[in-house]
Amino acid sequence: MAVSDLNVTVAVARPKRTARFKRPTLRVALPAIWIAFVLLLVATADHLPVPPPAQMDFDAAEAGPSVAHPLGADVDGRDILSRLAHGARASITVSVAAPMIGLLVGTFFGLVASFYAGVTRTAILGVLDAMLAFPSLIFALTLTTVLGPTLINVTIALGIMSIPAFARIARANAIVLLNREFVLAARTAGASDLYIMFREILPNMAMSLITYALTVMSIMIVAEGSLSFLGVGIPPPAPSWGGMIAEGREALERAPQICLIPAFAMFLTVLSLNLLGDAIRQRSEAKDGALS
Amino acid sequence: MMNRLATSTHQIGQLLAVLLLVSIASFGMLELLPGNLAYTLLGEGAQPADLARVEKELGLDRPMPERFFRWLGNAITGDFGKSYTSGETVWHAISQRLPVSLELMIGAQVLALLIALPLGLWAGYREGSAVDRMISSIAFGVLAVPHFVLGIVLLLLLAVWLRWLPASGFVRLEADPIGNIRSMILPCLTLALVEAPVYLRLLRSDVASTLREEFVVVARAKGLSDWRILLTHVLRPSSFSLVTVMGINIGHLIGGAVVIETLFALPGVGRLLIESINNRDLVMVQGVVLFTAASFVLVNLLVDTIYAVLDPRLRHGR
Repeated sequence: MAVSDLNVTVAVARPKRTARFKRPTLRVALPAIWIAFVLLLVATADHLPVPPPAQMDFDAAEAGPSVAHPLGADVDGRDILSRLAHGARASITVSVAAPMIGLLVGTFFGLVASFYAGVTRTAILGVLDAMLAFPSLIFALTLTTVLGPTLINVTIALGIMSIPAFARIARANAIVLLNREFVLAARTAGASDLYIMFREILPNMAMSLITYALTVMSIMIVAEGSLSFLGVGIPPPAPSWGGMIAEGREALERAPQICLIPAFAMFLTVLSLNLLGDAIRQRSEAKDGALS
Repeated sequence: MMNRLATSTHQIGQLLAVLLLVSIASFGMLELLPGNLAYTLLGEGAQPADLARVEKELGLDRPMPERFFRWLGNAITGDFGKSYTSGETVWHAISQRLPVSLELMIGAQVLALLIALPLGLWAGYREGSAVDRMISSIAFGVLAVPHFVLGIVLLLLLAVWLRWLPASGFVRLEADPIGNIRSMILPCLTLALVEAPVYLRLLRSDVASTLREEFVVVARAKGLSDWRILLTHVLRPSSFSLVTVMGINIGHLIGGAVVIETLFALPGVGRLLIESINNRDLVMVQGVVLFTAASFVLVNLLVDTIYAVLDPRLRHGR
């Protein structure tokens, strides 16, 4: 057999480069635009050419859109656009800060529970199970009542509520990663537990945690809305979307837009976050699939 | 056999531990509440002597661990205490409200399944088709509607504009069965529409993956019709995630769908909790929270047992 027979081409073609910046589809672009719009609304809330959110103009009560009130006024004659923008602040603050609490604390406990067997693990998992045994809204409700209804306390209560889920995801991911070769390699090289936890395991599960955080963001918007709707959230007169919806109920027959405008804003925000989360999840799943 | 016994002993031990932690939490959360209970009860101009007397009556002068174990001991024997504000026992209040919450929960689950089962089966069977895409997109959209928004929209549509149903006002079942059903349709439908998309999506993806199993190919080769295969061979193995999530939902709803009960003014357990929170009725809040959490844990145990019925492989140890 001639040597040249063995001389097969190893690489037939250069590996196809996947386009790094694909033009975003409508499913990604539209939600991103809406979220950007809400953020803009939050940033410019104080400078909008409308009356402040608490200013009552009884002549305009339950009025439809006009030059003075672009989205109309609520039952007390307060400007709906102004309240919508200021209420978005509450929603966005809670929906960003609460998952952060869950992400930081939950990931830490999840990592510790996957690293150390024995009493530590049993204690952590037991407490997490007990937390999960409280229906989440009732947990947040009671905790907000105990802490007192302020924006910060609502955020803390909802953040604590999200800890167990993050801890579970962190633990589930860490258990798989702990058996991988690179962890063994790090151990052999004499790396400390802390180093392995935060430099080897954590970066490898960051993506699934962040994707989940996006889902939690939309859950938090609804949860904050529910608390305000029940009257145990951010106390009036400070505007919040849930509170606006609750207040608009008394005029539901006469002026349904008072209720429906904040409701629609909340729906669009939740839908946008869900769509973006979905897109990121599909991307990262495709990537994971290529690796394993 | 021994293996199974060990598993269930382990499970029950775990259950008891979780229940203990839950009770510590429900007791402890309200211990943290600022302000003295006796002071809250007597109002601002309370005399020190009266304060001391009430504290003694309520046992508030005892050390915290003693109060906890006394409370827990009573709770285990079914005595959750008595409301300071209305004098009603917690157990009586819960048992008065429970039927309403149960009716809401059962009605909502039945309606949700009526929506989710056929659509989920259909979408999973036709995975990737136009029908599947349409059903899945609608489910995704409905999923983004907060439950109170959905309730308000349905209220506006069916009660205010079309005037088919009463907007609020609960009618007790024993007083007027027809009126009761009419007053429960809107709340049940709202809750069903919140849960149906979740069930539908779970069922759809499980059905789609079950259809790729070999035993489905065998069933096809036997010449069974598609619907027969779906209903007799595919549905059962595809319903695990559905049963899990339903279990969690049912567990949650025993404690009342707080928001829906508030929106439609239903006198259920969730409403009881909100009212007690607003009245600062701590004993009632503690009792309702403990009851809610305990029923959630117990329902989840029940769901684990249902798995064994659905999947024979789980019956013989793990």
